[in-house]
Amino acid sequence: MGAPGKVKADTMIRVNRQGEVWVFAEQEDGKLNEVSLELCGKARKLGDQLGVPVAAVLPGYDVRPLSRRLIAHGVDKVYSVNDEKLRHYQTNSYCKVLAELAKKYEPQIVLFGATHLGRDLAPRVASTVRAGMTADCTDLQIKDVTDAKTKEVHPNLLLQIRPAFGGNIVATIVNYDMWPQMATVREGVMPMSEPDPKRTGEIIDEQVKLEAKDVPLKLIERHVEERKVNLKGARVIVAGGGGVGSKDNFKLIHELAGAIGGAVGASRAAVDGGFISKDHQVGQTGTTVRPALYVACGISGAVQHRAGMEESAKIIAINSDPNAPIFSVAHYGIVGDLNKVLPLMTKSLRERPQAAEGETAGA
Amino acid sequence: MAYHSIVCVKQVPDTANITAEAMKDDGTVNRAALPAIFNPEDLNALETALEIRERAGGQVTVLTMGPPKAADVLRDCLFRGADRAILLTDRRAAASDTLATSYILAQAIKTIGSVYGKYDFVFCGRQAIDGDTAQVGPQCAEKLDLPQITYLEQVVRLTGDTVVIKRNVGHGWEIVEARLPVLVTVTGTANFPRPPAAKKVMLNKRARVEAELANEVKQAMPDATDAVRSAEVARRAEDLRSRGLLIEQWDLDRIGAELDRCGLSGSPTKVYRVQSIVLTKSGYKEIPPTEAGIRQLIQELVVDRTLG
Repeated sequence: MGAPGKVKADTMIRVNRQGEVWVFAEQEDGKLNEVSLELCGKARKLGDQLGVPVAAVLPGYDVRPLSRRLIAHGVDKVYSVNDEKLRHYQTNSYCKVLAELAKKYEPQIVLFGATHLGRDLAPRVASTVRAGMTADCTDLQIKDVTDAKTKEVHPNLLLQIRPAFGGNIVATIVNYDMWPQMATVREGVMPMSEPDPKRTGEIIDEQVKLEAKDVPLKLIERHVEERKVNLKGARVIVAGGGGVGSKDNFKLIHELAGAIGGAVGASRAAVDGGFISKDHQVGQTGTTVRPALYVACGISGAVQHRAGMEESAKIIAINSDPNAPIFSVAHYGIVGDLNKVLPLMTKSLRERPQAAEGETAGA
Repeated sequence: MAYHSIVCVKQVPDTANITAEAMKDDGTVNRAALPAIFNPEDLNALETALEIRERAGGQVTVLTMGPPKAADVLRDCLFRGADRAILLTDRRAAASDTLATSYILAQAIKTIGSVYGKYDFVFCGRQAIDGDTAQVGPQCAEKLDLPQITYLEQVVRLTGDTVVIKRNVGHGWEIVEARLPVLVTVTGTANFPRPPAAKKVMLNKRARVEAELANEVKQAMPDATDAVRSAEVARRAEDLRSRGLLIEQWDLDRIGAELDRCGLSGSPTKVYRVQSIVLTKSGYKEIPPTEAGIRQLIQELVVDRTLG
C-alpha cells in the first residue's frame, strides 16, 4: 500500500483514501455543459464504490443556482465559488480555484469533461498540484492494482481507460501515489442519469483570492453557437469521407441524408478537405455516435473514425476500395463508385415502400 | 519589434495512416512498421512562428525531445526556415508522461532563454497524434508561469508586447489579448504550413546532432577503438560547427533538470494495461452496386424496421 500521508513536495497533495470524488462543473454563460451532468452520475457510482462523498466544483459568477441540477444528478455537495473575475472562463483563474480547493480538501479523484475548455484547464491544474492526468477517457473503473515491479498492492485505484496511438490501442492508466487521480472524460460516453429533483445536497460557498495576475487575458470578442448539428441524437447518419472528392460533390451526401431523414456526418478527411464544417465530424476527435443506421460513404475507416461509429446498430459501407478497413465493421458493404451508388440510393429511398408494404413484399 | 519564438515539435509514428502492411496477422498494429513523421499540428505551430518572424522580424528556435533519430524533424524545421534547432536527448528522460515531459521541456525552454536571449512566444501543436493528450502545452505553460492560449486559429494583431489571438472554443471562437510572453497551442486549421525550401534543404541537409555523428562513425569505422572513434566524432562535429551545421544536443544535466522529476520517477501516470484493437473480419453482406441490389437493401432495412 502507498504510505498514507506521503508528500513529496509542497505543491503535492497527499494520498487521501477518504478523499471525495469531484466533478468540475463546466458552465458557460450560466449554462451547464451536459458532460458535467454525465460525470455527476459516473462520480456518484465511483463514490458509492469507494464509500466517499461526491462533490462538484462550480466556479463562475452568479451561477450558484446551477447547484440544484448538479445535486439532482447525483452529487452530495457543491463547492460554489462566486467571483466577478470568474464571469468568463480563463485558464489561470479557474486553474487557481481548482488547485486551491484541491489542496484544501484533498479529493482522491477529479473528473473534467473532455471539452475544449476541460482539456485547456485540467492539464494545467494537474501540473499545478503535480498530479497525474489522463486525457479523453472513455471508461473509468475502480480496482485493486498490483505494481508489477514492486508487487505492492494499491487498493481501489481509478482505472483510466482511453484509446491511444491513434485509436489503435486501448490503454488503461493508473496513478499510484501522485494524487488526486485526474482525468478528462469524453463527452457522450457516460450515460446521463435521470435527475432526481428530490435529492438533497449541501452547497458550500468557497472563496479563492483572485488578483489581476490571475486573469492575464483580456476577452475582446466572443462568438459561440448552439450546437446546430445534433449527431448524438440522430437515428440515422449519412457520413461522407475523403472519397467524396470535393465540397461540391458532398451534396450527394446531403441529398441521401435528406431522402433517408438522417443527419450529415463526416470523417476527418472530409473536414480537413474543407467539404464540411468540423461539427459534423464523427470519430475520436469528433462526436461519438450510435445511431440505428450509419451509412459510411467514401470513408476508408481509419481507426479514429471507427471508434466513433462502430457501435451503430446497422452500418452500410460504400467504398470503391474493397480493402477499405471500414468494411471490417460493416453489416452491408457496397463496393462501387459513389457517384453512381449514392444517387441510386437516394432515388430508391424516395420511392421506397412503407413499412407495412415492405413486410408484405418481403414475406 | 523583433520577436523570439520557441517552437516545440515532436516526431511521432504515423498513426493516422495505418496501412495493410502495418497490420500484423492477428489484426493488431505493428508499430515498428509505421513511418516516423513530423507531428502534423507542430508544423502549424512552426508556420505561425515563421509568419511572425516574416512580419515583424526576430528568430525562431525549435526544440524537440526524443531519440537521436528525432533530429529528422529538426532538419525539416531548418529546411522550412527555422533559425536554430535543439535536440533534448537523454535515456533518463525515457518513459516520461506528460507531467515529466512538460517539466523537461520547460527546463529546456528556460535554458534556451538564458543562452539565446529572452523569448516572447512558445508555440506547440495542439496535440500529438500518438498520445492525443493535448496536455504538454498547458503543463509547460504552468511550469514557465506563462499565460496559455490554446487552439490558436489566427494571430489577429501583434504590436509591441501585446498580441491578439483568435482561438477556437469548440462551438465557436473568441478573440483574446495577452501581454507577452505567452505559450500558444496551434490547431491544424490555423494555416497551411510551407513546404521545405529547396535552397534551405541544400544548405542544411548535412546538419547533424552529435549522437548521429557517433552512429555514422561507428558504421564507418567498425574496427576502430573507442578513443579513435570519439576523436573522429569530435573532428566531424567541429567541422559541422564551423559551417553552422551542428545541431545542438542537450541532456538533462545541461538544462539543470532534477532527475526525480524526469522519466519514470517523475511520471505519476503508469500504463497498467494495453489492449490492441483487433480488426475482426466478421464479414458483411455484399450488395451489388446496381439499382436492383440497392432496392433490395433498402427493402431489407424497411422490413427490419431500421428505416421507417
